[in-house]
Amino acid sequence: MSNAIFTRLRALLGTSGVDRDARGVARASPDSGDALSLVCRLAHEEGWKIRVEGRGTWLPPDAPADLVVSTRALEQIVSVSPADLVATVQAGASLEALRRRLADYGMWLAIDPPGRPDRSIGSVVATATAGPLRHGFGPVRDHVLGCTVATGDGRLVNAGGRVVKNVAGYDLTKLQVGGFGGFGIIADVHLRLRALPRADVTLLARGQRDALTSVARELVAVHLLPSALELLSPALAAESDWVLAARFLGTDAAVQADVRRLGSAGDQNWQPLPADRTAAFWSVAARGSLGGPTTLRLGVLSDGVDEAIDLLAHDLDEGLVSAGAGLGMIRWTGDAPVEQLRSIRRAAAAREIPMTLERAPWQVRRALGHFGAYREGVGQIVGRLRDTFDPGQCLNVALEGVDNA
Amino acid sequence: MNPSLFDALGRIVGPQWVRHRRGELSTYAMDGLPTRESLPGVVVMPGTPYEVRELVRLLHLIQVPFVARGAGTGLSGGALAEPDAVLITLTRLNRILRVDPVQRRAVVQPGVVNARLSEAVAPLGLQYVPDPSSQAACTVGGNVAENAGGPHCLKYGVTTNHIVSLQIVLPDGSVTRLGSDHGEPWGPDLVGLFVGSEGMFGIATEITVRLEQVPESVRTMLADFSTVRAASEAVSSIIAVGIVPAALEMMDRACVAAVEASIYAAGYPTDAAAVLLVELDGQAEAVGAEAQTVKDILLASGAREVRSASTPGDRARLWQGRKKAFGAMGRIAPDLAVQDAVVPRSALPDIMDQIEKIRGRYGLTISNVFHAGDGNLHPNISFDRRDPAVVSRVHLACREIMAACVAAGGSITGEHGVGSDKLDYMPWIFDAETLGAMRAVRRVFDPTERANPGKVVPLHACREWHAVKSARR
Repeated sequence: MSNAIFTRLRALLGTSGVDRDARGVARASPDSGDALSLVCRLAHEEGWKIRVEGRGTWLPPDAPADLVVSTRALEQIVSVSPADLVATVQAGASLEALRRRLADYGMWLAIDPPGRPDRSIGSVVATATAGPLRHGFGPVRDHVLGCTVATGDGRLVNAGGRVVKNVAGYDLTKLQVGGFGGFGIIADVHLRLRALPRADVTLLARGQRDALTSVARELVAVHLLPSALELLSPALAAESDWVLAARFLGTDAAVQADVRRLGSAGDQNWQPLPADRTAAFWSVAARGSLGGPTTLRLGVLSDGVDEAIDLLAHDLDEGLVSAGAGLGMIRWTGDAPVEQLRSIRRAAAAREIPMTLERAPWQVRRALGHFGAYREGVGQIVGRLRDTFDPGQCLNVALEGVDNA
Repeated sequence: MNPSLFDALGRIVGPQWVRHRRGELSTYAMDGLPTRESLPGVVVMPGTPYEVRELVRLLHLIQVPFVARGAGTGLSGGALAEPDAVLITLTRLNRILRVDPVQRRAVVQPGVVNARLSEAVAPLGLQYVPDPSSQAACTVGGNVAENAGGPHCLKYGVTTNHIVSLQIVLPDGSVTRLGSDHGEPWGPDLVGLFVGSEGMFGIATEITVRLEQVPESVRTMLADFSTVRAASEAVSSIIAVGIVPAALEMMDRACVAAVEASIYAAGYPTDAAAVLLVELDGQAEAVGAEAQTVKDILLASGAREVRSASTPGDRARLWQGRKKAFGAMGRIAPDLAVQDAVVPRSALPDIMDQIEKIRGRYGLTISNVFHAGDGNLHPNISFDRRDPAVVSRVHLACREIMAACVAAGGSITGEHGVGSDKLDYMPWIFDAETLGAMRAVRRVFDPTERANPGKVVPLHACREWHAVKSARR
């Protein structure tokens, strides 16, 4: 069948838009939303299973499929409107390319996801993987104003818009941000930008984990709101102790005031990172999340950070852990069998903590699902949404695991 | 409507909480939109989430449509019910159930008045940030339905950014909880999908909101300009240097005149073409330094005068005209159509020129108030709805203003919602496929389309979507 699919796709997209991946599976690389929707429609009509790939740096490209849909030809930064602080970017464009382009205009996108800097925008949006800057600038969804999506049956949906405030119609964009591709394939996104901060200062405190989490809580209590307040495990920070990193971004006046206040809050010894090491420090921490095959995140309240890390340490390990110490978002990376991961999800759910599997080999994703342990009624809603956006079940995405009772 | 239904409803909530006489129903014939009215079949006022669920179950059983309503301050005709529908008023569900000052969360019922929530948490040094102009009356449940905004949403985000979890009653009467106390979605972001669904996905009976710390220091500045363009350029310049003010509000000459002629006079210069309010908040030191930068920018952009206030009393005086602008416009004519549209911020001056031309063409009085930082404008048309010819001109002018905003790359609503008022404009910004997707998503929550029927999505403009029943679940 593979040859037949290959031929049909070439008839649709032309020679340059179709090749084969390393395993010989036909790979379509549409270069527009319309072409993407044509590919999806064909797959829907023929009952082919689709695996979506970005730049292949985050989720492993290992889901079984009849064809691969790659976003690598959707790599245009379509428009940047400096005066309106909005950009439209195709899903396959890399974060790094966007960062460089925006810097030319004195702007930036306040998202620092885990993984490599050349991750695709589509991957970051579809998996909603926010990094430490979530503390000051909010989760990924706060930065996405709209998107164009091809559904599993090839419909092209334009959700949201290009203005920063918009309540026209239902907010379909929210379904795509963090939807892991279960509700369609993102073709492009409209992003909310910010003026590039004038000052960018990071300070580090080192010590025992529980001491640092209580320092973090004190900072929040005294009105300090760094752009990032991240607790990093020794392995992730490449240090001998746990590290609490506070990053301040903004105008010179605001950052200087914050740094002064940080110094006078409590008796913690804060050491500023030299300016030329700031980017490297955060980049190492982000890449650290690739240090094992599986990454998961837990959404806990800030006073539950210690307990949740204890839970991870008990059932898994505390090797590569990054925690938003102020707002309580924990990311763990490592290698663990499905049964242990499932046990973590159950234990977390019992504490009212959602666990999202961010990346893992297909066997793990398939068994466990990106999501699970839904509350009563939620599974039916999600199932019906999937039926709506992928009626032929062409998108081979393991939103919920196959044996995720 | 069948009178036996009144008894059935009364058995659930108590007969004193059912209204079906014409005079009683007329109270609910309108919301904040002065150009539409409709008498509901019956009004029912549940007092507990349990009663809401029982009501919705009953209505599911007999397949009667219903409309949920908060304080009725909505400006898009979203809380109006037709005579065949039951209007469920949620104002009795007005309890603040829990406040967690450490985690900064509050759990409230949908009928809690927006401002009351902030007042209740103020002694803890906390606030609920979204602050629509109607905050003294509007309810948190209504805010959730409309994804309401307000002046302070520039820095802190709109309602959707402050809701972490919802308990909802689906239109079939089943109950579920969406989201988590942390704010991380539990699965796909169904809280994000529900907020702003204008009462068409079900009824939220318990709302968990994020609270924010009251800022340590606040500085409010007022500048007046001889052109709207100069004021708009000042806004862009402030944002370009990386300062994100808590609020950036503009009023045009007509608005200032209305305010200054009223009891809400705030001492705004009546000869100014535009008055700009800038509010900075944060740490005292930083606010002081940023205020100086903003002042320099305002003056360099052509501000004739910059006034500054940092005490609560002085700040309230500067804000008074803005907050009471809609009330002040009540002096001009008996009715006020508060419009709502969004344009890319850089298009503001051109849109203002176009609105001025539209105003002249239709011979209407239009005062403009806008959230200049995010390009969200409110052209307010003063009129008398007893004169059908005037009403018709108001409709036509609104339509032209919306068309101009859409042509500039904007949206037909930034914070008021589509409701019934803007149904016709939806195809201007969404194609048939996308409207079809919206309808299909609505059917996921409400397969028989009985929750707030006839709002938001113009059915005739939708491409048909059929969700298959799969073995998935």
